[in-house]
Amino acid sequence: MREMIKMVVVLTILSFFSGGVLAYLRNSTQERIDNQVLEFVKGPAVRTIFEGAGNNPIADRFTLKDGDVERTFFVAIFDGEPRGVAFETSGKGFGGDVGLMVGIDVKDDKLLGVGVTTHGETPGMGAKAKSDPSFVSQFKGLGLKEPFKVTSDGGSINAISGATITSRAVSAAATSAEDIYQKLKPQIDDKIKGFKK
Amino acid sequence: MAKSLTQEFVKGLWDEVPPFRLVLGLCPTLAVTKSIENGIGMGVATTFVLVGSNVLVAALRKFIPAKVRIACYIVIIATFVTVVELLMQAYAYPLFLKLGIFIPLIVVNCIVLGRAEAFASKNGVFRSLLDGLGIGIGYTLALMALAAVRELIGTGALTFWVTPIQVFGPAYKPFSFLVQAPGAFMALGLMLCLMNLAGKK
Repeated sequence: MREMIKMVVVLTILSFFSGGVLAYLRNSTQERIDNQVLEFVKGPAVRTIFEGAGNNPIADRFTLKDGDVERTFFVAIFDGEPRGVAFETSGKGFGGDVGLMVGIDVKDDKLLGVGVTTHGETPGMGAKAKSDPSFVSQFKGLGLKEPFKVTSDGGSINAISGATITSRAVSAAATSAEDIYQKLKPQIDDKIKGFKK
Repeated sequence: MAKSLTQEFVKGLWDEVPPFRLVLGLCPTLAVTKSIENGIGMGVATTFVLVGSNVLVAALRKFIPAKVRIACYIVIIATFVTVVELLMQAYAYPLFLKLGIFIPLIVVNCIVLGRAEAFASKNGVFRSLLDGLGIGIGYTLALMALAAVRELIGTGALTFWVTPIQVFGPAYKPFSFLVQAPGAFMALGLMLCLMNLAGKK
């Protein structure tokens, strides 16, 4: 009996301390880890979209509630004025969701650019959406009036050869970004003013 | 029988170097040794866990009841592994992306549990510290050696930190079989063979 109590007590104390140490460490590294994830997963796409911005768009960000999901918006400042926002959407690709970072110019409602963040597409085919900038650069400067479509669907985006599904996914993601932007525009305009320097 | 303190440390570097002599901890050895950088990262992480768990197990060896000792060791080891994982995410995220699942898997690395059970539970704190450090550094060096062979022949370059250093120049045709999974087995087997030849009396 004594032995049993000792076993329980020792294990309890050990787990108690282990839990305490880990909880403390998690709390104190949480913010840094979040920053690192943004920097290395979303960062490259955001930086290409906002090339020439006068601030660090990864650091200047805000979140908004869109229905049930919370979205993170990155802000770019050009010539002292906050002009661009970027946020992530996704579209159904060949190998799961294709994550797309979409940058929008809030002044004249045009696309600043898009960039693929995460994907599971075939290397050498759909994966070109991320590695080959000539595909995503087609979106640069397009207006936000109508849905984006690849040429075979009657749109203006030239699909990556052999990867129509991926190209559709990127177009669909950009289109859904359009919808989100139109829906949240008043709130975005409101929030973005706070970044004026 | 009793070894001197120096011997406790040095044995991990050659006589009991984990992947080659004890043939333990092979999963990460085979999986992450695609570049020296990965090898160093994995080795340092494992060394930290080894030293931490060895010291703690040695310090608590009088209190831990024999019947639940494995459970206690695992709690200690898992705690250190989670610490490493969090620190790596916070301070070396690109490395964490490459090592990925193999960091949490240090928990089930036989070397760590093996040292806790076979050494730290029977020896003092300082001896266990030296033992953990020796084995850990030995493991790191072993991973680096294997990774160096695979990376050099497989890609013609060596990556110590972030950027690859081209060694053979552009004329070299990489034998990329070695950086793929089956190549790991071949490279490890050949190195084991060489180690045995070298150690033969």
